[in-house]
Amino acid sequence: MTSETQKSGDTKAAKPKGHARLERNITLLAVCAFAAVTVGGIVEIAPLFWIDNTIEKVEGMRPFTPLEQAGRDIYVREGCYTCHSQMIRPFRDEVERYGHYSLASESMYDHPFQWGSKRTGPDLARVGKRYSDEWHVQHLTDPRAVVPESIMPTYGFLATRDLKVGNMGATLTALSRVGVPYSKDHIAKADEDLVLQASADGNAADLSTRYPKSQVRDFDGNPARLTEMDALVAYLQVLGTLVDVGSVAAQEDLAKEKGR
Amino acid sequence: MDRILLRVGIWLSALLFAIVAVAQAADFGFAAQMVIVAIAALAGLVFALRGADYSAIANGIAPGPADQSRYYDDVIRWGVIATVFWGMAGFLAGLYIALELAFPLLNFTEYLNFGRLRPLHTSAVIFAFGGNALLCTSFYVVQRTCRARLAFPGLARFVFWGYQLFIVLAATGYLLGITQGKEYAEPEWYVDLFLTVVWVSYLIVFVGTLAKRSEPHIYVANWFYLSFILTVALLHLVNNINIPVSLFGSQSYPLFGGVQGALVQWWYGHNAVGFFLTAGFLAMMYYFVPKQAERPIYSYRLSIVHFWSLIFLYIWAGPHHLLYTALPEWAQTLGMVFSIMLWMPSWGGMINGLMTLNGAWDKLRTDPIMRMFVWSLAFYGMSTFEGPMMSIRSVNALSHYTDWTIGHVHSGALGWNGMVTFGALYYLAPRLWGRTRMYSLRMVNWHFWLATLGIVFYASSMWVAGITQGLMWREYGADGYLVNSFVETVAALHPMFILRAFGGLLYLTGAGIMTYNIWQTIAGNLRVEQPLGGPAFDPEKDRPLVPAAVAAE
Repeated sequence: MTSETQKSGDTKAAKPKGHARLERNITLLAVCAFAAVTVGGIVEIAPLFWIDNTIEKVEGMRPFTPLEQAGRDIYVREGCYTCHSQMIRPFRDEVERYGHYSLASESMYDHPFQWGSKRTGPDLARVGKRYSDEWHVQHLTDPRAVVPESIMPTYGFLATRDLKVGNMGATLTALSRVGVPYSKDHIAKADEDLVLQASADGNAADLSTRYPKSQVRDFDGNPARLTEMDALVAYLQVLGTLVDVGSVAAQEDLAKEKGR
Repeated sequence: MDRILLRVGIWLSALLFAIVAVAQAADFGFAAQMVIVAIAALAGLVFALRGADYSAIANGIAPGPADQSRYYDDVIRWGVIATVFWGMAGFLAGLYIALELAFPLLNFTEYLNFGRLRPLHTSAVIFAFGGNALLCTSFYVVQRTCRARLAFPGLARFVFWGYQLFIVLAATGYLLGITQGKEYAEPEWYVDLFLTVVWVSYLIVFVGTLAKRSEPHIYVANWFYLSFILTVALLHLVNNINIPVSLFGSQSYPLFGGVQGALVQWWYGHNAVGFFLTAGFLAMMYYFVPKQAERPIYSYRLSIVHFWSLIFLYIWAGPHHLLYTALPEWAQTLGMVFSIMLWMPSWGGMINGLMTLNGAWDKLRTDPIMRMFVWSLAFYGMSTFEGPMMSIRSVNALSHYTDWTIGHVHSGALGWNGMVTFGALYYLAPRLWGRTRMYSLRMVNWHFWLATLGIVFYASSMWVAGITQGLMWREYGADGYLVNSFVETVAALHPMFILRAFGGLLYLTGAGIMTYNIWQTIAGNLRVEQPLGGPAFDPEKDRPLVPAAVAAE
């Protein structure tokens, strides 16, 4: 091999100065490069954890029920976020199409966040209670049966597969470790609550003490089985329904909110 | 003897661990992944036992030190083959999901649904194709620019094979539905941990080689490689802090959620572009462009200025993925401003590369490999202009959530990353296998034009699709109502999706030609062909003009 492209560096034995020092010292080069790349991250990310107005406090947010969380895991598993966003921007057309723009607090218990980056399909941040359970089941099973121009994949297999979550208490424990406020009571009753929410004759009052505004019913149209379809539809039906963004209190909070 | 015992011991314990993990697995996906780990450990064990030189051991001969007067190129040769292989796999997956968007019936099984294949495509092209290109070129370049044999060849082999295992685990995981649901960071916690080990080993090999260099200066390509390796380690570690549900299960939950999760993710995501696909590939550019042009780098001063400003500014740009979201506005503004500033250092790199051809521009006519490098720099320049423009709030309001973004990343990925990698592969293949030239330069030329045409189809169809959809979403009629339902905007894109898939097909065909060409080069064949760029010569026409006979009256 011939020698490499030579730079106009000094060839004297004298101590190198300025940038030439970095070019001759791996440690110095690595430390400086590392310092250069850490600044931006620290300045932008760190304040989000202690500036108060990052997440405005609103009434109504609660952690997901075990069934909703199981549905959310399926949503993540199937990569729904590759085509659907969950983040409505504050534009007239988006607010008219999807509803009130999304608040930071509405995804505060989302691990991972699912804001998405692409709308091959519509935004789902407020899709809850917009369509019937039957519509969702039919649409997931055969999207083109209800929306002929749709290009969504089919998810009929969800309806024929039992919901296997293993130990739902362990799932809620893991979530509580990353900061979702599940109490000991929530965790202890996780497996019961999972089944209870999808039962056609479930005790809604009991679940509502732990998870206010929870919807209790059979979601997939097949009361005999607890399927993955039950879980996914339960998750879709809760999206955007917890915070009453139209209420006076929420509007006052928003008016006070600064920084966005 | 001790070394072999140590190696066998490590592989055996890895095998045992994998078997225990299969038995204890909390879910099917995790069990399937651990079977793959067990197979890998078994393969490692077999090779450790078969590769040992038993006669030397029996005679008590200690293995001599490696020949320091030769570069260590085995792992680079494997890397070239792996880059070609994963490139084909990634492009094919991309073509398939492009066709799925045009013809949804192709989503006929859950394992091949768009939602699972899309991460497979992005990971295959970025981390498998791009990653292998970076691994093998960095090992090649660091040896040549330091004039020193690679440090720790055994560890380098582990880096290569460990990285392939990471790719296989990630890809099979996506098909099985194992994902943490964050773009470009989909692999689950145990794969992330394994990748961390591989990456630290990579850093050790790279820095170890720099440390034993014979040249006093560390060449500029190595600054870029070093910052790429360091920063990717930082990004990977911070963005993948997860709490697993079970130590023998695939499910885990990320520590950062909601708005903080979004910013950490896009700090990671954007700098995966900035450091994996830009800094690392600029390092390739800084070696291969001057070598192929046989000219020194245009400006030493420019390389210093643009290196430091590029790595400092890139890290701030992440929030431009979150404009108009629930992220606090001050963070959005910082992201936008720094993205626009980033235009300049990016073009610094492009100018430094292009101007290196000063006095060698004629090579564009005769050397299709040079043409690939120059074209990649041109696409680098275009997409680093487009990116800052799309980071401006009012542009982003239109472009965000649409296919414009997809067009933008592909002009960067297919144009810049793809072309510079193809050029590097064409540079490396004859040299690594001791051939005088590529099997066929005319095939390189075909590859060049097919890829170029493919990119043109891809990018222009996605620009049209993105702007169409963005405008249709916000279109109001005279009555003050929204004109289009969402699904009407989907239907409108159908022709564009078909054109995009056609562009992808052209690009894939070009890469197929490259695969054949490199295959033949490795096999030692040389295609008999007319050299490119010579003046035209046709022996049929090389004869005197005979005056037409005058007809007898």
